[in-house]
Amino acid sequence: MYQYFLRRICIMGLTLVVISALVFIIIQLPPGDYLTTYIEELKAQGEVVDPKKITFLRSQYGLDKPMTTQYFVWLVGMLQGDFGYSFEYDLPVTDVVGDRMWLSMILNFATVLFVYMMSFPIGVYSATHQYSWGDHGLTFIGFLGLATPNFLLALILLYFANVWFGTSIGGLMEPEFIDQPWTWGKIKSVLAHLWVPVVVIGTSGTAGMIRRLRANLLDELQKQYVVTGRAKGLGELRLLIKYPMRMALNPFIADIGSLLPQVVSGSVIVSAVMSLPTTGPMLLSALQSQDMYLAGSFLMFLAVLTVIGMFVSDVLLAMLDPRIRLDGGVKR
Amino acid sequence: MVDLLQIKDLHVGFDSRAGRVEAVCGVSFRVREGSCVAVVGESGSGKSVCAQAVMGILPRNASIASGSILFRDPKTEIITDLAALDTRSEEYRTIRGGRISIIFQEPMTSLSPLHTVGDQITEALRLHEGLSGDAAKARCIDILTLVRFPDPVRAYKTYSFELSGGLRQRAMIAMALVCGPALLIADEPSTALDVTVQAQILGLIKDLQKELGMAVLMITHDMGVVANVADEVVVVYHGEVMESGMVDDIFRKPGHPYLQALLRAVPKFEYAEGERLIPLREIKPHRGHLLKSRDTPVGIDNTKPILEVNNLSKSFTIRSEGMGGVGKSVLKIKAVDHVSFDVARGECLAIVGESGCGKTTVSKMIMRAMDADTGEIIYNDQGTDVRLSDMGDKEMIPFRKKIQYIFQDPFGSLNPRMTVFDILSEPFVIHKIGDDAYRREVVLELMNLVGLDPRHLNRYPHSFSGGQRQRIGIARVLALQPELVICDEPVSALDVSVQAQVLNLLKDLKKEMGLTYLFISHDMAVVNYIADRIAVMCRGRLVELAPKELLFKSPQHPYTKALLDSVPFPDPSHPLDFQAVRETTMTNPDNWPDPYDVRDATDASLIDIGGGHFVRAHDLSNLRTVA
Repeated sequence: MYQYFLRRICIMGLTLVVISALVFIIIQLPPGDYLTTYIEELKAQGEVVDPKKITFLRSQYGLDKPMTTQYFVWLVGMLQGDFGYSFEYDLPVTDVVGDRMWLSMILNFATVLFVYMMSFPIGVYSATHQYSWGDHGLTFIGFLGLATPNFLLALILLYFANVWFGTSIGGLMEPEFIDQPWTWGKIKSVLAHLWVPVVVIGTSGTAGMIRRLRANLLDELQKQYVVTGRAKGLGELRLLIKYPMRMALNPFIADIGSLLPQVVSGSVIVSAVMSLPTTGPMLLSALQSQDMYLAGSFLMFLAVLTVIGMFVSDVLLAMLDPRIRLDGGVKR
Repeated sequence: MVDLLQIKDLHVGFDSRAGRVEAVCGVSFRVREGSCVAVVGESGSGKSVCAQAVMGILPRNASIASGSILFRDPKTEIITDLAALDTRSEEYRTIRGGRISIIFQEPMTSLSPLHTVGDQITEALRLHEGLSGDAAKARCIDILTLVRFPDPVRAYKTYSFELSGGLRQRAMIAMALVCGPALLIADEPSTALDVTVQAQILGLIKDLQKELGMAVLMITHDMGVVANVADEVVVVYHGEVMESGMVDDIFRKPGHPYLQALLRAVPKFEYAEGERLIPLREIKPHRGHLLKSRDTPVGIDNTKPILEVNNLSKSFTIRSEGMGGVGKSVLKIKAVDHVSFDVARGECLAIVGESGCGKTTVSKMIMRAMDADTGEIIYNDQGTDVRLSDMGDKEMIPFRKKIQYIFQDPFGSLNPRMTVFDILSEPFVIHKIGDDAYRREVVLELMNLVGLDPRHLNRYPHSFSGGQRQRIGIARVLALQPELVICDEPVSALDVSVQAQVLNLLKDLKKEMGLTYLFISHDMAVVNYIADRIAVMCRGRLVELAPKELLFKSPQHPYTKALLDSVPFPDPSHPLDFQAVRETTMTNPDNWPDPYDVRDATDASLIDIGGGHFVRAHDLSNLRTVA
């Protein structure tokens, strides 16, 4: 078991290094760099650009060095907690990102939690009451959730909140807390605002998860070992929980890995619409202005989330399913 | 003896979209305390539904319409009508698994792969006797010992997927018996198992029945099993009881025409000269003018074998990767180990053996669906020898017409999206033979040849029964007028009466079309009926090869003897020797005695002991005295 974890962690590290290289290359791919964009901007405003200043800036930011050197400087910096310098904000990336990273993580974590907590009981109910009115109704709502674009749902909620309650539910906190240090009041305010984006971002994920869980559980309920359990004299509820539900959990857990990046990338538009102070909109603008270290840090953040999600799901799977854990000595 | 279970006029129906279908219509029988009753019937006869009704585990769309199932608990002497009881009620749940328990056909899927064997067995104890912890574990290990697990303490902690089929069925039996039920329902408990394992499991059930004084309700389709374990027999057909009585009477004086017909269709071991099985419905092949009988061309040495297999070997590598890539081990399994035999023109050579013995691998290598590691396959093509084993895929194409293959599974071997006409004309399309008119005519002839109605050519396979599908498969094989047909367990998925029909058809076609069969089977009775010579394989090795009379009369190799000892005869006066079966270790080559043993340096070879009887051994001198 431990060797398995160790190996997985090593592979994770390697994967992240490869991803960092890819991220760097992709960011560098478009012609020019941040400075060319900057010059264009200045020219458009009719200002004269001093070539000496440009050369100075270029060497200052290390943009005149070969790409590999730039990459390694960035990589080594990241390992030391230095994520580079944002050109656009003229600040270190860590300072620019600041709270946003935390708020993003809180939002994403809450969303994943919401998806699981909603979909699990509904999926189980749907499967055990197949073709009942309850199942049909929940299935219908689920399909609605699956088919509605997140940002549209966000707009609708914003509109009705305004019409009914006369308040704006955008943002993640009351305006007075923005850029303020964390206090109890701020935390409460965040929690009060959190549920709206969580519902908006989580709906489609929940709907998809319900469908998957229902299908998995329906398959499992047909299996012979369920009949064996029933023939043993087990009550229906205990039987359901101990055998088929545990089997149906596998795909549920395997989804953790893919759910995280899905939630993060899916929330960009919603964040823009609801003006959430998360990483999504900032990533977008950083990519547009070729603010490479800022964009790179965001992309790495996403990669780390995905890889960790995969790791967590693999570990949970190995713990839950002896067939995966004992893979190898299997005789047929 | 007192009646333990009394089923009176039971009706069970299934609700389907087309309306209600009665699966069991008015079945009545009883099980006396400590006795073994066998319910026999073909698939769809409603025998398993009866068992499910007793257990209260009918599928969701099925329900008991009327009738009663009276269960008299010998401990409390209380009589309960299970048919009237709510299947989810506490009362039913204490009976289910506690007083009546069941074992199923599929040991592979009946146990949860996520829970240890011990966990699943102790669960029954926890439910019915309130035992837990060490007390439950001790009881569990006791019962695992009772069902003769080689290492009960270890078995407690294993998962079902780590066990072989026979051991899984033992674990299942242990789980059913751990609470000491008064009645054990065994729903086809040995059908999915190898014949030697089947005999052991049947012997085990019989022993435990005596030891624990419980009654057994055996659901089966196999008359051989019935004859060996049952005291009383109930014969069901289409949900109705045809006949019931003591086992001797059922076999000696079958009264009902259905039972008489069924018994005639069961392959036996002693045949009079030219005796045939009598299926419930006979098929007469009608040959047209296009499909000709294969006349031997002039000037060809007819005595030369059509197929020679020399020293064929194949091993598979199993890469078992331990967690973390450490302890990675590469296991080489010799699926086929230096097998040599030849098939004479016009004969039927059977290869028998248990699952995993390599018989199907051999056939796949002959078909060149799989490449052999070493050895050669020589096909006699109109007098010239052709080495199939050296051929490339392109060169193989003309020979594909001459060697054809009948598959075991009549459901999986036909494309569900092709009509029967498409299926039967596909061989002509592939080999670019004939025009549309010719193809249509041949296909019509093929349908007549296997006794199917040519009007059904536009139907899809799903509208045919298993036996009919197998006949479509046979017709497809015959389309190209092959010389050699490899039949891989062609009847093992079929009911007894249909099996007899298909076997007779194969026999007739062989004569009509001048075919040669390589017949692969695990069923000694079937092989005895159809084969001329029999080759016995065990763990990749060919251990004995003899004309069938010689093989059955004087088997030489210890494995062949063990195999023949394990076959249940459909005749109560010829019971299995359960004692001998239990003690046999001959399925493992490591236990073969000298001169049959496996030695690394000088591996044994087939030795002729006269009359075309070959046996795998090291030394002749010992054998002569035996023979």
